[in-house]
Amino acid sequence: MTPSRTAYLTILAKDLRAELRTLQSLPAMALFATTTFVIFRFGLDRTELSGSLAAGVLWATLLFAALLGVNRLFVAEREEGGFDAIRLAPIDRSALFAAKATALFAYLAVLELVVVPIFALFFLGSAAALGPLVAVLLLADLGLAATGTLISSMAVHSRARDLLGPLVLLPLVVPLMIAATGASEPLLAAGGPGYHRFGSWLAVLSLYDLIFLLLGWAVFDFLLED
Amino acid sequence: MYGKGLRPLSIATVVGIAAALSLVFFYAPLDADQGFIQKIFYLHVPLAITALVGFIVGGVFAIAHLRSGNRKWDAYSYVSIHMSVIFGVAVLITGSIWAKASWGHWWVWDEPTLVSFLIVFLMYATYYPFRYAIEDPERQARYASVFAVTAGAFVPLNFMAVRMAQSLVHPRVFATANGGLPGSMMFTFLVCLAATALLWVTLVKLELTAKSTSGQLKRLRRALDAPAPGGGGSRIAPEVS
Repeated sequence: MTPSRTAYLTILAKDLRAELRTLQSLPAMALFATTTFVIFRFGLDRTELSGSLAAGVLWATLLFAALLGVNRLFVAEREEGGFDAIRLAPIDRSALFAAKATALFAYLAVLELVVVPIFALFFLGSAAALGPLVAVLLLADLGLAATGTLISSMAVHSRARDLLGPLVLLPLVVPLMIAATGASEPLLAAGGPGYHRFGSWLAVLSLYDLIFLLLGWAVFDFLLED
Repeated sequence: MYGKGLRPLSIATVVGIAAALSLVFFYAPLDADQGFIQKIFYLHVPLAITALVGFIVGGVFAIAHLRSGNRKWDAYSYVSIHMSVIFGVAVLITGSIWAKASWGHWWVWDEPTLVSFLIVFLMYATYYPFRYAIEDPERQARYASVFAVTAGAFVPLNFMAVRMAQSLVHPRVFATANGGLPGSMMFTFLVCLAATALLWVTLVKLELTAKSTSGQLKRLRRALDAPAPGGGGSRIAPEVS
């Protein structure tokens, strides 16, 4: 095991253990998403959703729930001096980026494991779309994890961190949301799942993930210098 | 030292803009479909191209800053993005006017270039609150550079995603630049593009000069131990030495 990999695994295990013990982010994210579904039920005045409306409700809700997790991602590091410890440790700083992105990815995956079945139960006639939807969810989570970690690590050092993270992150994930809703819309269509341009949307999602993972990895060193 | 060459550059810009405008109004033929309103094309498209290139240039300066650690590049990056955001406002306004005149609506969602531009503009509009919220100047410069690099990578990706999201291709009013544009229109367009780019460069240089001058003034005041009136300088803008 290289020192970077040890550092990566240690930070990741620390984050997951801390989340499991304090349950700071995940329950709040799931509760937020569920309540948002209820609000959409009345806001749109629909009891069943399909096609673009279903995709829009699902992704808007997941995105805003994800913002809650993104906002809290580095708070412990900032308040308990974790950044200083990382700076002092003789390890590659990118290990912190990788560990935090993985942790955020895990939060999002767990969130969706809980919330997407609830969405199907509330609004969808059948669960047939959920299988292929997993691919879209995983690729979008990867992109959200990369950009969310990058922006959160900067926003946490600013004066208005709770405001700044979402403010900068929202426009940045617009292409990701375009691709995710584009892929989900035919899947959630009324007459059973369709695959219109499914492959090309997945390709856009993968390209987005690749670019922002590499970018985050490359620039993260500069964010920890002091 | 930033002021050097500003005068010839300004003169070239004035001449360029005068030439471009006279070509637009006296040389370029009227468009067969749209008539006079089509002339806004010579303002709108060069502004948009210049703003987008300016955003990318800001990202390149940001890379130079991160690699060298020289704060001068951060100031270049800031001024490039700042000027492009201002050009971006003009792009959205002229685009809106053109959309109203040719399609009857102030805003059209199925014109991918305009929608992409709006998203890019919104992205860069968050550059200011982002920068302003970080107090330590060293860290502010570094984070702003990371923002500029990230947003620079986002620009082409966003254009691709928005274009793909169009379910049916909107009929293009103008064929793409090298497509069906007659020679006289193409020539006028290129002169307009050059003039707009010159204007951008001149304004960037002017702002850098102003910043470096006020920075020098501040240092002189400090040396004389006299406080600057009004607290001195903006807190957002980087200082230029």
